[in-house]
Amino acid sequence: MLAGCGSDEGQEDSAERAFASQYTSLASDSVLLRGATVLTGTGERLDAADVLLADGKIVAVGADLEADDAEVVDAADKWITPGVIDVHSHLGVYPSPSTASHSDGNEMSAPVTAEVWAEHSVWPQDPGFAAALAGGVTSLQVLPGSANLIGGRGVTLKNVPGRSVMDMKFPGAPHGFKMACGENPKRVYGSRGTAPSTRMGNVAGYRAAWIKAADYRDKMQAAADGAGEAPVRDLQLETLVGVLDGEILVHNHCYRADEMAVMLEIAKEFGYKIAAFHHAVEAYKIPDLLAANETCAAMWADWWGFKMEAFDGIRENAALVDRAGACAIIHSDSEIGIQRLNQEAAKVIGAAARAGIEIPPERAVQWLTQNAAKALGISDSVGTLEAGKMADVVVWSGNPFSVYTRAERVYIDGALVYRRGDAATNPVTDFSLGTAAANGGAL
Amino acid sequence: MNRLILAVCTVLLAPVALGETVAVVGGDVLTVGPAGRIAGATVVITDGLITAVGADVKVPADARVIDAKGKLVTPGLFTPFGTLGLVEVGSSAGPVDSVQRGNQFAASFTVADAFNPRSTLIAINRIEGVTRALIAPGGSSADALGNRSHVISGLAAVANLSGTAASIDKRDAALVVNLGEKGVAFAGSSRASALLELRHALVEAIDYQAHGDAYELGAHADYVYSTTDLAVLGRVINGEIPLLAKVDRASDIERLLDLADEFKIRTIVHGGVESWMVAKRLAAARVPVILAPENNLPANFDRINARSDLAAELYAAGVKIAFADGSGSTHNARNITQSAGNATVGGLPWDAALRAITLNPAEIYGVADRLGSIEVGKQGDIVVWPGDPFELTVYPDAVLIRGQVQAMNSRQTLLRDRYLEADTSKPPAWRH
Repeated sequence: MLAGCGSDEGQEDSAERAFASQYTSLASDSVLLRGATVLTGTGERLDAADVLLADGKIVAVGADLEADDAEVVDAADKWITPGVIDVHSHLGVYPSPSTASHSDGNEMSAPVTAEVWAEHSVWPQDPGFAAALAGGVTSLQVLPGSANLIGGRGVTLKNVPGRSVMDMKFPGAPHGFKMACGENPKRVYGSRGTAPSTRMGNVAGYRAAWIKAADYRDKMQAAADGAGEAPVRDLQLETLVGVLDGEILVHNHCYRADEMAVMLEIAKEFGYKIAAFHHAVEAYKIPDLLAANETCAAMWADWWGFKMEAFDGIRENAALVDRAGACAIIHSDSEIGIQRLNQEAAKVIGAAARAGIEIPPERAVQWLTQNAAKALGISDSVGTLEAGKMADVVVWSGNPFSVYTRAERVYIDGALVYRRGDAATNPVTDFSLGTAAANGGAL
Repeated sequence: MNRLILAVCTVLLAPVALGETVAVVGGDVLTVGPAGRIAGATVVITDGLITAVGADVKVPADARVIDAKGKLVTPGLFTPFGTLGLVEVGSSAGPVDSVQRGNQFAASFTVADAFNPRSTLIAINRIEGVTRALIAPGGSSADALGNRSHVISGLAAVANLSGTAASIDKRDAALVVNLGEKGVAFAGSSRASALLELRHALVEAIDYQAHGDAYELGAHADYVYSTTDLAVLGRVINGEIPLLAKVDRASDIERLLDLADEFKIRTIVHGGVESWMVAKRLAAARVPVILAPENNLPANFDRINARSDLAAELYAAGVKIAFADGSGSTHNARNITQSAGNATVGGLPWDAALRAITLNPAEIYGVADRLGSIEVGKQGDIVVWPGDPFELTVYPDAVLIRGQVQAMNSRQTLLRDRYLEADTSKPPAWRH
């Protein structure tokens, strides 16, 4: 049976619009995963439970499910989670091999490049996509880099091979929007003797951009109301207005607590919302502020010290954010780390326990699934195992927070797209043909 | 307030108290030595050295006892490559003392002289079980004046993480060289140029060994390399110091092995992403490989044939292995246990993975007579674990270096405790 093209939301992403999703789910049969420990992503853990997938959707999760026409997979001793979602990846825009000719993630020609879209740099043949799939990653946001104050639009992908980025685009997902605090923009432009060269210069740069955007929005609105001529379409301002209108979600690279607080002030000043701070190494210092603003913190488990603004990193970061009722996410920013986001969460679980905070697996899994889906604006269709959602599912060999556990089966929209040790099931990029990876060596 | 700060500092800088006897009692001891695993065993350490190991060892009356019942006891972890104590903050902050640019000195650059035992990284990695580390020089791209690093980076040292003045165990554990793509960057054009620079240096060293006296009398043509460099290179020629070569591509490893055969020198492969393709030859030449099990992507054209089961492949072929972080980020040298765990999933036996992060590095750098396993006569580097040390949720209960029980705190635990505090009536700056 061939599933339909995209989802209902996909229809809204009108085919008339350029660069719309052309994702088509792979053929799938009904599958009944039987007898597993299921972490639903909603905070629940079900033991000896079944998960039924059909027509690309999750049909049911619970005990003793029946389905006459479904392939039954014995999942006793296995654990099942929603597909892992990475909110911060540069796969495709900084692909392997990381040659200078592949360096397409940072438009380092001006501090504000809201007009560029990461999807126009994505190379679908990046072998990193297949490696991430083996780590259970079913969706990911690919972002521009952090050289600029405003780096451009991010794109959310389904982790399926495609001939073009349109084949991979998550149907109906809103665009992301990359902003960067701190050291990177001021270093990149300061070293050229241009603004910004300080953190105060950074802030002046963001504010100037929003002032222009508000003006553009007002002129567009006036023209629509019949009061004056519309300005020439401006891609940069169009994206910024998309943020002000809430259609494009802000993902703000920001390490330090004090800078996150300043960024929340700027958002207040211009009336937009920050979906998530990324690389939020000091989020543990302001979890109350994050909770009050409904802004997620996307974090590494333990990266620290490689730059000054990362000097106060601690392994308990995500746990302290979570404890305060704020939205905690574990992200990768790495083609290596994306393959083991479950292991990164495990480090936090252990560190939190050392500090007296118990985090059960059903809680920690939300950092990789439901919370990530929320930050990307796709939580209506993925991030949890609930009836009616896309059947993006991972069957793990055991507790996903053990170092010895691996993803054994990965389903995207109900289709088996990865099976550990089964080369015939697993995708191989054009680039990897003839290498060890093509023979399963990379996985 | 000052009194409190002083108290914290005292704890962080755990004083050395020689003459103490410590007994780690009742744990399952993974000796990584000939005795293998001993259940319910006691380890006694006196004056920094292990004096007894066994299930029926008596605890000396004056011993400080560490209860390890129901726990695992392993040797201290040994990270085989990194920049602990040489780099505080890598980017735009410093200090970064692992890199030398310019060609006046190359082989004789000695990072041991830049080591800072009080670096924040030391305690942060120590409390997670790392007790010894190779600290290595590395090349870097040219600076603003065009000074570049040499293909030969300098001498790597073995250091302990005691945080004391006596931290350097061996100043000249290996001579670091860069071949393959890294060699191209430093030699300026081709990987053949990098190999040529190395060969030329070795040839000069041999010449200097024969004609050094004449040179000192002014009766010999000048050398390209300084005499301090030639003295170090002479010790490589003599087999005293191994070459630690950063190299990934299979054909580059083969050229390195050719060079080693020709000059009869000892080598160690660092990186070795494609080393599985030449594993038999590496095993026959007894050349160890320091690798990152997580490096499974073709990050560049030297690594096209990367694979996740590299460690298992090499082990099966009889190659000695050790694990270093792929990113070279020493801040998380502690994640060596994660690498060990991941390598077992690739097929490496569990005991071999533990050996790869303890005894193997000690053997590779010629300090296994003192370090790397829990055996009588060796230094008392011991870690007590409440569970499987490779599991990411398991952190050490106790760490001993040379028999000294280490304080289990670091700058990171202080930060954590400040923000963990439930009483928020005081601002963070007054929570200490």
